[in-house]
Amino acid sequence: MRANKVLDGNTAVSEAVRQLDPDVVMAYPSAPGAPMLERLAMDIANGSLDTELVNMESPQSAISGCIGASAAGGRVFSSASSQELAQMHEMLFIASSLRLPIVIGIADRALSAPINYYADHSDAMAERDCGWIQLFCESPQEAYDNIIQAYKISEHQDVKTPVMVAMDGWITSHTMENVSIEEPSEITDFMGKRIPTYSLLNSTKPLTIGSFSSPNYYFEHKLNQFQGMENSRKIIREVGKEFGDRFGRYYGYFETYKLDDAEYGIIIMSSAAGTAKEAIDRLRSRGEKVGLLKLRVFRPFPFQEIQERLLGLKAIAIFDRNIVPGSQGGPLYNEIRSAMYFCEDNLRPKIFPYIFGLGGRELNLSDIDNTIKEIKEKTEKVESENGFHFVNVRYRQVNNE
Amino acid sequence: MITLKQLASREEWFSSGHTLCPGCSIPVILKLVLGASRNPLVISNATGCLQMGSTLFPHTAWKSNWIHTGYGNASATMSGVTAVYRSLKKKGRLMDEKERKFLVIGGDGSTYDSGISSISGYMERGEDIVYLCYDNQSMAHSGGQASSATPVGASTTTTPAGTVLPGKLQTRKNITAIIAAHRIPYVAQSAPWNWNDLLRKAEKAFETKGPAYLNVLSPCPTHWNTDTDKSIELSRLAADTCVWPMFEIRGGTKITVNYKPRHKLPVSEWLKSQDRFRHLLEKENKWIVDKIQEEIDQNWDFLLSAQNEEETK
Repeated sequence: MRANKVLDGNTAVSEAVRQLDPDVVMAYPSAPGAPMLERLAMDIANGSLDTELVNMESPQSAISGCIGASAAGGRVFSSASSQELAQMHEMLFIASSLRLPIVIGIADRALSAPINYYADHSDAMAERDCGWIQLFCESPQEAYDNIIQAYKISEHQDVKTPVMVAMDGWITSHTMENVSIEEPSEITDFMGKRIPTYSLLNSTKPLTIGSFSSPNYYFEHKLNQFQGMENSRKIIREVGKEFGDRFGRYYGYFETYKLDDAEYGIIIMSSAAGTAKEAIDRLRSRGEKVGLLKLRVFRPFPFQEIQERLLGLKAIAIFDRNIVPGSQGGPLYNEIRSAMYFCEDNLRPKIFPYIFGLGGRELNLSDIDNTIKEIKEKTEKVESENGFHFVNVRYRQVNNE
Repeated sequence: MITLKQLASREEWFSSGHTLCPGCSIPVILKLVLGASRNPLVISNATGCLQMGSTLFPHTAWKSNWIHTGYGNASATMSGVTAVYRSLKKKGRLMDEKERKFLVIGGDGSTYDSGISSISGYMERGEDIVYLCYDNQSMAHSGGQASSATPVGASTTTTPAGTVLPGKLQTRKNITAIIAAHRIPYVAQSAPWNWNDLLRKAEKAFETKGPAYLNVLSPCPTHWNTDTDKSIELSRLAADTCVWPMFEIRGGTKITVNYKPRHKLPVSEWLKSQDRFRHLLEKENKWIVDKIQEEIDQNWDFLLSAQNEEETK
């Protein structure tokens, strides 16, 4: 039977992991995602979970252990945030290049310096080029659902690519909401056991994994990896539909909110989408035609689908929750602007980059009101789209001369 | 004790056709250590000479299961493998019931330096993994730079002997003592000249339940600039000068010295055998040679005095 529980994001993740019965959990604590691991450790201590939890000595070791465990044919989980995710950086590339199914849960937290304990996307976005599938969650329910789907996607024979499931630290990881927890047998049925193609533990068919690849082969090896990520586009949609058919909650690359007849759009990820939806309701009640696109899948980036969905809007404001010094905008802005390049000129919306919420700075309803006002004015006056816009910050302008 | 003939007939887990340098000691060490396992092996290998020299895609010299991920994390990778092994065994989901042995191999750079945290980690957790360090006293694969295993006075590409500096200024890290301080069941130091000693220690390491560590001197003709047919002799000279004592430590405290040279040779014999020390023989560097000799004597005296009483009888 489905159980409705009041859970925070971390607990929702650990519920999902518990139901998936992983062989191994590679633990290295990092706030604010550590409770994902703590709850699994408690389940093991109480005998309700039959998993090997290994307390590793560093984040690099934890992800290395995930690689070893996956190469040995096991289903493995780990978690990381901020500095700890950054410390995994080198091994994230190796995990994806070796085509190993691994899932890690991330409670997004700002990167140092200055050291800060609160949510932004600088940690996950710094790993956007490491070959992992990236799913972003708005709520504890989505965290639960995405973890389950992440394993199904990651272990799919055509994909075999690791997945990181990210939610906003504290905001989602520690805020309690209603979460539907599915019947464990239903989850087992949905997932099945992992059947690895290869395993280091098969002594009758020895493997060499991680060999030296010369210029004669390296390029082809990378293309092979690239293909796995490309294949995941289809699988992510299929799994999202299958999950929906079974459990009633459907998932695609993104969710839209009142976007169909909208003239102005907001594009945002993770928990801030909740604020955006509320702001849109208020703006709509004042007759403004505003809508939202909340991106769930950042890697692989759904260029074509986003382009199709945003065609015909007058203007869009893209909200990035991290800052990349020296760039022309946040990563989300750059991907979307690039996706819109091939539109017909008269159909392409004006695209404005907004940076918000760094280091846990709040996003207010009024910030979204002001943004919509701003992009409306600029569009009507046919002003340049160039230049950053910073939301809810003391210094709005950066001298770039 | 087995004969060399018997040893030669054992199953080989590492085949010829690899691309290691002529005269490299690693294949000799591997022949002995891998030959000591009576069970199928799973090997995790750190980036370095051996990994690069044995797996030039699409070829492999490995007949056992083998994985390489990165430089400082070979044992962390293996921690994941053994965790799955324990888990599947517990759940009755292993493909077959054959017992496996788990071996991590790293050079001195990936052991003494970048890997020390993950080695220490698995030892603290008591995982059933054997660690083999082939110690050529430098970062040999990247061009012979200094590591913390490089002895004082050695000229390397990052501690070159110049007109002002006489090579590396620091004493090498005593990794065997650091490992022994973890109080793991078995720690041993050996060198390939005494094949029987190395084979026996490797057998002991594989038999041991829990962590075991082997530190093996691996003379490197390429960076020590020595003749390619001298590697094994050099490893013996290291023992005869007490530069590389052969000993084992059980349970972190019970020390046995396995080889005591009848005539302990002065360290100068060792130093003049290799180009990396040649500058130390200059008159103005005599103080360094004296310092090295003093350290060797202290270490040797300590080992002899720390020996377990019963063992010495």
